[in-house]
Amino acid sequence: MSVDLSTRYLGLSLRSPLVASAGPVTRSLDKLRLLEDAGAGAVVLPSLFEEQLVAESEHIDALLGGVGAGFAEGGDFFTDDVAFATGPSEYLELVTGAKSALSIPVIASLNGISPSGWTHYAAVLEEAGADALELNEYRVAADPNRSAAEVEDEVLAVVEQVRSSVSLPIAIKLGPYFSSLPHLARRIADAGAQGLVLFNRFYQPDLDLETLHATPHLVLSSSDELRLPLRWIGLLRGRVDCDLALSTGAHTSEDAVKAILVGADVVMMTSALLHHGPAHVAEVEAGMRAWFDERDYDSVEQARGSAAWATGPDPTAFERANYLSVLTSLR
Amino acid sequence: MTTDMATARIPETTVPVEPGWAVLDGNEAAASVAYALSDVVAIYPITPASPMGEFSDSWSDAGIPNLFGSVPDVIEMQSEAGAAGALHGAATKGALATTFTASQGLLLMLPNMFKIAGELTPAVIHVAARTVATHALSIFGDHSDVMAARTTGWTMLSAGSVQEAHDFAAVSHAVSLATRVPVLHFFDGFRTSHEVAKIRTLSAGDLRSLVDPDLIAAHRARGLTPDAPVLRGSAQNPDVFFQAREAANPFHDAVPAAIADVFTILAELSGRQYGLVDYVGAPDAEQVLVLMGSAAGAAEEAVEALVAAGERVGLLKVRLYRPFPAAALVAALPATVSDVAVLDRTKEPGAGGEPLYLDTVAALVEALATGGRPSLPRVVGGRYGLSSKEFTPAMAAAVFDHLRAVRSGTLAASGPPAHGFTVGIVDDVTRRSLPWSRERLTVAGAESVRTAVFYGLGSDGTVSANKATVKILGENTDMHVQGYFVYDSKKSGAVTVSHLRMSPDPIRSSYLIDEADLVACHQFSLLMHMDVLASARPGATFLLNSPYGPDEVWEQLPVEVQRTVLDKALRMYVVDAYAVAADVGLRQRINSVMMPAFFALISVLPQLESMDHIRRYFEKTYARRGRAVVEQNLRAIDGAVAALHQVTIPASATSVLHRRDPVPADAPDFVQRVTARMIAGEGDLLPVSALPVDGTFPTATAQFEKRTLALEIPIWDPAICIDCNKCAMVCPHTAIRAKVAEPDAFEMLPTVLPRKEFKSRELPGRQLIIQVAPDDCTGCGICVDVCPARSKSEARHKAINMEPIGPHLETERERFAAFLQLPEAPRDQVAQGSVKGSQLLQPLFEFSGACAGCGETPYLRLVSQLFGDRAIVANATGCSSIFGGNLPTTPWAVNADGRGPAWSNSLFEDNAEIGLGIRLAMDQSRRLAAELLRRLTPPLDADVVAALLAGCDERDDAGIGAQRERVADLKRRLAEVPPGAVESADAVLLASVADDLVHRSVWVVGGDGWAYDIGFSGLDHAMASGRDVNLLVLDTEVYSNTGGQASKSTPRAAVAKFASGGKQTPKKDLGIIAMAYGSVYVAQIALGANDVQTLRALQEAEAYPGPSLVIAYSTCIAHGIDMRTSMTHQKDAVASGYWPLFRFRPGSGEHEHPFQLDSKAPSIPFAQFARSEARFAVLARTHPDHAAALASAAQSDIDERWRYYSQLAGLERSVTVEGEEPE
Repeated sequence: MSVDLSTRYLGLSLRSPLVASAGPVTRSLDKLRLLEDAGAGAVVLPSLFEEQLVAESEHIDALLGGVGAGFAEGGDFFTDDVAFATGPSEYLELVTGAKSALSIPVIASLNGISPSGWTHYAAVLEEAGADALELNEYRVAADPNRSAAEVEDEVLAVVEQVRSSVSLPIAIKLGPYFSSLPHLARRIADAGAQGLVLFNRFYQPDLDLETLHATPHLVLSSSDELRLPLRWIGLLRGRVDCDLALSTGAHTSEDAVKAILVGADVVMMTSALLHHGPAHVAEVEAGMRAWFDERDYDSVEQARGSAAWATGPDPTAFERANYLSVLTSLR
Repeated sequence: MTTDMATARIPETTVPVEPGWAVLDGNEAAASVAYALSDVVAIYPITPASPMGEFSDSWSDAGIPNLFGSVPDVIEMQSEAGAAGALHGAATKGALATTFTASQGLLLMLPNMFKIAGELTPAVIHVAARTVATHALSIFGDHSDVMAARTTGWTMLSAGSVQEAHDFAAVSHAVSLATRVPVLHFFDGFRTSHEVAKIRTLSAGDLRSLVDPDLIAAHRARGLTPDAPVLRGSAQNPDVFFQAREAANPFHDAVPAAIADVFTILAELSGRQYGLVDYVGAPDAEQVLVLMGSAAGAAEEAVEALVAAGERVGLLKVRLYRPFPAAALVAALPATVSDVAVLDRTKEPGAGGEPLYLDTVAALVEALATGGRPSLPRVVGGRYGLSSKEFTPAMAAAVFDHLRAVRSGTLAASGPPAHGFTVGIVDDVTRRSLPWSRERLTVAGAESVRTAVFYGLGSDGTVSANKATVKILGENTDMHVQGYFVYDSKKSGAVTVSHLRMSPDPIRSSYLIDEADLVACHQFSLLMHMDVLASARPGATFLLNSPYGPDEVWEQLPVEVQRTVLDKALRMYVVDAYAVAADVGLRQRINSVMMPAFFALISVLPQLESMDHIRRYFEKTYARRGRAVVEQNLRAIDGAVAALHQVTIPASATSVLHRRDPVPADAPDFVQRVTARMIAGEGDLLPVSALPVDGTFPTATAQFEKRTLALEIPIWDPAICIDCNKCAMVCPHTAIRAKVAEPDAFEMLPTVLPRKEFKSRELPGRQLIIQVAPDDCTGCGICVDVCPARSKSEARHKAINMEPIGPHLETERERFAAFLQLPEAPRDQVAQGSVKGSQLLQPLFEFSGACAGCGETPYLRLVSQLFGDRAIVANATGCSSIFGGNLPTTPWAVNADGRGPAWSNSLFEDNAEIGLGIRLAMDQSRRLAAELLRRLTPPLDADVVAALLAGCDERDDAGIGAQRERVADLKRRLAEVPPGAVESADAVLLASVADDLVHRSVWVVGGDGWAYDIGFSGLDHAMASGRDVNLLVLDTEVYSNTGGQASKSTPRAAVAKFASGGKQTPKKDLGIIAMAYGSVYVAQIALGANDVQTLRALQEAEAYPGPSLVIAYSTCIAHGIDMRTSMTHQKDAVASGYWPLFRFRPGSGEHEHPFQLDSKAPSIPFAQFARSEARFAVLARTHPDHAAALASAAQSDIDERWRYYSQLAGLERSVTVEGEEPE
């Protein structure tokens, strides 16, 4: 008998813990269908970026607003009596399209920059039919005048505001740069989030040696990067009252199994799918099944969290011991 | 589903289902009807009629059907001549067809208009009547264009207001079908075409009632068809032509009655009754004015006021001008009339009177002769309002006074004459102008009218805010509203003045406001330049956008403003609109702040209600731009009201600040007397004697018009500079200058200038300075963008950096003045073939009023630096003729010897021919000089003559300098020939043409509208002529000057007006067409991508003895780009293969490879380039599916062209190069 992969995440029933995370692969309906065919348990659509909407809106406004023109023969340069798709309509079409094309849950993702933006667009996405909402808290705390506590309070505020404006299940996707993540995680759960997605992977800018400009630079993740979320999922499993999704570094079936063993409810993949295509989900699933089958697990539920901080053979390994052993091994 | 996207509602037609109130300008009022009643709309841009075509194109693109349920076919043609031809063809086939035009555009339609009328083909042309260019171009309104069409046989119907433009548009289409005679419907350019007013619209049902379907069917049935073939447009001979011409008489004779019938139906539908002529005034009038067009509004106000004061005066408004309604006119004149003044808004030099006058006289004489009138009143004619010159009730009153003076015989002998007078100007030369006084009469109803005047800049949104205000008040209240907007002549930093009237009664005032209840100044700096409070009535409200608060602002005002505030007892308010706008994220856009501030003060509505209206307006208007923009604008309302403060006015004017003089005290006499007045906005007050008689003006005047527009200016850091001079090379305003000089020269200056050692083999030991002209810089930032030199310790710090102007202004002013005193580098020692060297040549094109960041002007400056002292420029109408030659000043300049480019603009369509004609004249002059030299040898020395003949072909600075000396020497020798000598006649003749023995460079300059479209046949002919002309196409890929309509240069996938759904077809490859001749030097250049190639191409073009065509990529605000990065966009255009660089150098050698590709194979996809330009990016938002297909086609165009060019680069071609060299 084959292992039962069914999973619950954010109150949704998933046939598999393998979830296609927000990224280019989940941008097209065709690829979303392929993901479903390959066995994905759910899909997270790419983020709706309020910042981008604002930027586009402002950009169009600046270009069309008559600014820069304004002389007797030409008050403006573009006809302004047509509707511009400056709103999230394209994204909403993706949500509704995905909902009608797929039978697996569709999770929308939102990256807001203003309190009203978070709540407004969360409501819009709920209305568009998303099954759940992932709040993409992509922020770099760069202001020397803001304390860690203030930054955490802002994150909490986002959760509270969105919680109060929609009835959808919500998860929040965080970056790793918090000084007391378990404490924050607990506050987030208390504020009403049903899930934590660990971690958001920040693109690190590069420096162009010709122009001396910092330039965006995107490098896909590798399995090496799995260890950061692995540790934190392991540390949090059973200690916070919300679902845990592992994101960043899951490429292979081994990665997925590790994620589940430390306590991930779902395993999210982006880079691996970009690299290998949507069908890769089936390959990972097959490997995962094989691992569990070989060891006679009935279900992933059974295995989930069995090697976490609270349940695993050596809790300290999630804390300092790793550090010592690494130091020792370098000698 | 909630979305932020405005829902696009496709209306049934462009007119509403039910009649209703709407706030429209005259162009939209006319076009909405024309569109609804047409199958085919042929369009071509020309100010002020362009918006009618733009509306039609965008309605068609949006799929809005006409009255018959079908979307009209709207096609842009290559010229107005083309539009008239297409109109003719469409109507000949039986379609309902229309077009829109003005001025010279109408003149280009004349040949077809004769045909269309001669063939009794129904069609309508809507004309925003505009001045025909004579001694100068003018975009403004008068009747000189329509009067030139009065012999075509078209019915001519004159609308005098926005309401009438709407109504008469419908009448025109209906009457044309009813009579088979085509109709020219006209209304005054700008005054009516651009006036925004509240009108009662016709409904679709009204139009159906006006236009008889049987007549449409009859028209269609007459259309050409092979099923029932006919011959139309035969050639006729003396035997029958005359009779055939008379055969159509019944149709023309039937027009007046047919119009009267349609007017009657219209009156039944709308309650608005018009006559062929309409009389208003005293039933027992003695003096009557006759006129047509918008001036009727001002005249009617005057008549009402005068009648109320007991005067027996009246006004006859002529609606139908052709066929002239003689009987109706005679019948409408009260029997008591003794004196008639006919006012024409046109000038017909040499005629016995202007056209309306002559027609009126003929009608009255005919009436007398046939017993229709027992006696003749005295009839005199006068001119008014040329080129939108104001016509006010006071001027109308002056004409009545004149009539009485004529009657009583009290006219002064010194003028004005009884007949042939002018009104509205001061003619101190031929003394024909009537005196008038503003105080002559008070217009009735003025008490209930609220008026406001707003001063702003074209770029700050003042005009759009005021249009919004007019709409809000017009659409949400019972009030009648009127908005009229006046711009100055500049493209960057244009000052706008908005005139708003609000009244419980319909508004007829067709003139500017000179006594405003509220004056708003949206730019604090304008207080330093202009008398913005001149139009404030005593006790008015003054609203000022001020960075200074209510307690500080008083001392920051110029004392002149303080005095006016005190003298007129103004109530003054300040709001820091820039601060409020910045707070809500609107950056420089202050319209959403100033608008609520205005509403808070004008008190036409309760404040809460007005803010609510503004809020709803913002939500509706900005919804299509996205939620963020809506929210920003909504926040601006609250911010504005909170930041509005009344200023407590002190008792006296104590400011030490003074309004700046318009020009410096040391400017030349003409500039002081004439130019300065225009700069100060007082050109209306200049008398006739002040103006040149033939439109010829001095050059080098832009230097006197200091506008101080920039908020930030570039500041040079010599420690980092690497002497590349790229900043000077790209500056669109010649506001960054490079000079090198000996250290001694610096030491002798009164001001210490920053400088550095100049690294150069040619000019060793010199020092370099890069200097900004702070009052001329527009702050566009391109110089900083291109600067390649960065600080080693702080990468963001370059050799040139934008810094706030405040702390630098005085220092940089002093430095620039000192900089100008440094000597120019010796031209023959400068390495002119390098960017660095070329920028040491004195620019003879400086400080133009072009848009900040303009991509055209750097090419012109470079040409002026390289060849300016020997150049004649023929400039096609367009941006370059406007920033080059729109008064008050011109950027074309002179060097210390007084030499510089001589410049002329003729028309839009004929520029290549003008340039070619100039070349022909010079070549002929040179041939004559050469012949005379031979004839005069002796007495001239044979060696001297040989040297002069040989020196004709010298083209470099040293050679030209030597030849100029030879010519000067020749003139001295010629002067010595005794007057009575046999040779004296030849000597005098030679002296008059000797200067043409020095090489002259002819530059034929224009935009893509000229070169690709309307002027292409002339351009082609100039290329085919083999003559030595340099054709420089400043290719912005769009009709930039008229507001961004597509040309044949517009690339596939770009959005432009007239191509609002994205251009479907690829750009015309002008370079390839030119290369087909084989004997034409052709180059395609982009300064920002490869400045060295640009320089080389211009020098090769000049050196080539035959025709040269240089196509220059010119970034433009019409591209929808950040103009600070204008040059970076050019780089991307080339890197993507979108704009390949090449030169085609004809040669006659055996294995010539004339075509050279100067750019590398495309390295970035088109999509990457396109993303950064709104003209491409916008399409993805409006037509996403279509955009993807067009973008893919555009990429294919690029790939295919690159493949083709690559093959051309390998081809051998050898042609005989025949420069048309005399002797």
